[in-house]
Amino acid sequence: MSDPMFDAAAMMATTVPQAAALGFQLVSAGAARGSLSVPWREDLVGNPATQVIASGVVTSLLDHCCGLAITSARGERMPTATLDLRIDYMRPAAPRAGVTAEAHCYKMTRTIAFVRAQAWDEDPNDPIATAQAAFILHGAPGPGESA
Amino acid sequence: MSDAARQLEAFLQSVPYVRFLGMRAELAGDEMTAILPFSDHLVGNVMLPALHGGVIGAFLEMTALAQLSVAQSTPLVHKTIDVTIEYLRPGRAQTTYARADLRKVGRRIANVHVEAWQEARSKPIASLQGHFLLGSEG
Repeated sequence: MSDPMFDAAAMMATTVPQAAALGFQLVSAGAARGSLSVPWREDLVGNPATQVIASGVVTSLLDHCCGLAITSARGERMPTATLDLRIDYMRPAAPRAGVTAEAHCYKMTRTIAFVRAQAWDEDPNDPIATAQAAFILHGAPGPGESA
Repeated sequence: MSDAARQLEAFLQSVPYVRFLGMRAELAGDEMTAILPFSDHLVGNVMLPALHGGVIGAFLEMTALAQLSVAQSTPLVHKTIDVTIEYLRPGRAQTTYARADLRKVGRRIANVHVEAWQEARSKPIASLQGHFLLGSEG
């Protein structure tokens, strides 16, 4: 597949330094949704006793996925800043398991995007974490400006 | 080295992800300041440049867990139940600091508030409010 939006999504998943450092991989992007995965790695472990991936990695993954969903909703990459991010951790991931996340930008105004996301290790219907976030769109015209 | 300092050092050394972030901490009595030196791999926006929102959130959460490891004299890892992160200013390409306030530490649940800043503590870049399940002895 080679549409410009998918290419932008792939760029976003791999060229942002934090995303590259964590080893994010693009799963899918389109229809105001975006999905990324992060493979398990020894240096990303949060609990050495269980070898479970750190919740901080999941935080970065969910935040990045939300940005991807916004790109997907706009049809182009757009600089955003996170306003707030709420994450509920249902359970730890399985030992030595990678994590996949999907985000849905369910509402976008001229300046703000509202996004929900969830992360899972094996089954999307058995999430390890869910997130709710709001983002400001930096590329959006401010009040009184024309598009 | 005090017990609290030993407890903190053990926590920081034992978690691989803490080393991935490059996070350190300093202890004055029972008050801890977490330190996150800037590094290229923490960047989320190369144009500004600015720290990744997820990195800031993760640093705040690790600060809460580190402070809990100091306060609770147990080597057990506490579990994050939920966090709400508010982003107040962009995280610039410089060192970030954070301090955690243990609002309430009950028998099973701790309620923690964390604030992060860069140049001035009066100008926080982000804050976190979270609930943590305390590791039990059993």
